Amino acid sequence: MTDKNLLLFTGEVVEESEPLTLSQMSHICGASVERIVEIVEEGIVEPYGENIESWRFQGLCVQRVRFVLRMERDLGVNAAGSALALELLEELELLRGRLQRLDHESN
Amino acid sequence: MEYKDYYKIMGVDRDATQDQIKRAYRKLARKYHPDINKESDAEVRFKEVGEAYAVLKDPEKRVAYDQLGSNWQSGQDFKPPPNWDQGFEFRGGDAEQFDAEQFGDFFESLYGKASARDFDGQTHREFHMRGEDTHAKVVIDLEDAYKGATRTITLKQTVLDADGRPHLKERKLKIQIPKGIRQGQHIRLAKQGGVGMGRGEAGDLYLQIEFQAHALYHIEGGDVYLDLPVAPWEAALGSKVKVPTPTGVVEMVVPENSTAGRKLRLKGRGIPGKQPGDFYVVIQIALPPADSESAKAAYQNMEKEPAFNPRAHLEV
Repeated sequence: MTDKNLLLFTGEVVEESEPLTLSQMSHICGASVERIVEIVEEGIVEPYGENIESWRFQGLCVQRVRFVLRMERDLGVNAAGSALALELLEELELLRGRLQRLDHESN
Repeated sequence: MEYKDYYKIMGVDRDATQDQIKRAYRKLARKYHPDINKESDAEVRFKEVGEAYAVLKDPEKRVAYDQLGSNWQSGQDFKPPPNWDQGFEFRGGDAEQFDAEQFGDFFESLYGKASARDFDGQTHREFHMRGEDTHAKVVIDLEDAYKGATRTITLKQTVLDADGRPHLKERKLKIQIPKGIRQGQHIRLAKQGGVGMGRGEAGDLYLQIEFQAHALYHIEGGDVYLDLPVAPWEAALGSKVKVPTPTGVVEMVVPENSTAGRKLRLKGRGIPGKQPGDFYVVIQIALPPADSESAKAAYQNMEKEPAFNPRAHLEV
């Protein structure tokens, strides 16, 4: 099959997509509303909006919530532990990027 | 089919206690979890460990596995003896077994497919689960972010064939890279991830954007940086110099008395978007080598004039 026959997919850029309501989040992440609220209370994702009804989540929140759910299912990590893991992984990623750049510059 | 040594996979002795097995599993699961371990074989290892644990944590399955004997070597050609599991009854039902469809042939030949035996005797409740979200990285060139592009990527995915057997399939996807995409951003392709079970819908595919290291530019968010070498007199007297940018060559004014590290900004010339990034030129002073008499003479003149102590602030 050549590339020409392939269907062209146009995805959405998660970071720039329309913000989601709590019930949309719950549906997309496959988790109960209560579970999402719990994850918000842990400070893992931060919706904007005054109260629960007006909460809006940025697109990237979906990934973070699903990460937490996978950590719990696969490794038995609770929300606080997942939050810690997530932050450390993000920092690691950042440092790896910086290291790569330094390696690149010194060559 | 190859024999799998579940004890070896878990790194435990054949006489390990259930507690030891659990601890070994926890450790290995953390080590190889594909969210945490970025090695390419992490996912395979994680599934292998999951398969081994699904057998060894269940005393009934473990006893049945043990009676195959300990003379088998990993990878050895294996056929289960006829009626090997006679007299064993396997209970199905807890969470880990939902993943049993991802286990290999070896597991399946011993314990059957998740859909067959594990759920049998359980009132045949229907089971639906949303497919996994899958992740892949797409490496693009800086120019792609300026102009947009299409890329064809090859993904390896576990898919189920008609009778529900999992196998690894390569899949090609042609995707649109939108103009203005930034390093680390994600493109979500709805329902292009892992296949769901039952009537569960497919997961999403997330593509993380990474820029190919560029020979000239480096990128921070939407901003693009270029180290620009200038001659000492260009920096001191000010000058107009030609500067390459991802959208073409431009002329820039280097203000007089520029020092190394000085940043000059071309507003909005970074990666485009709703809030376009900026293009920064970072001044570097390039010294002409003193490799001829006349070059040396020029430096000697400068030594006399102007009076200059580059270490004045060090007070030495």
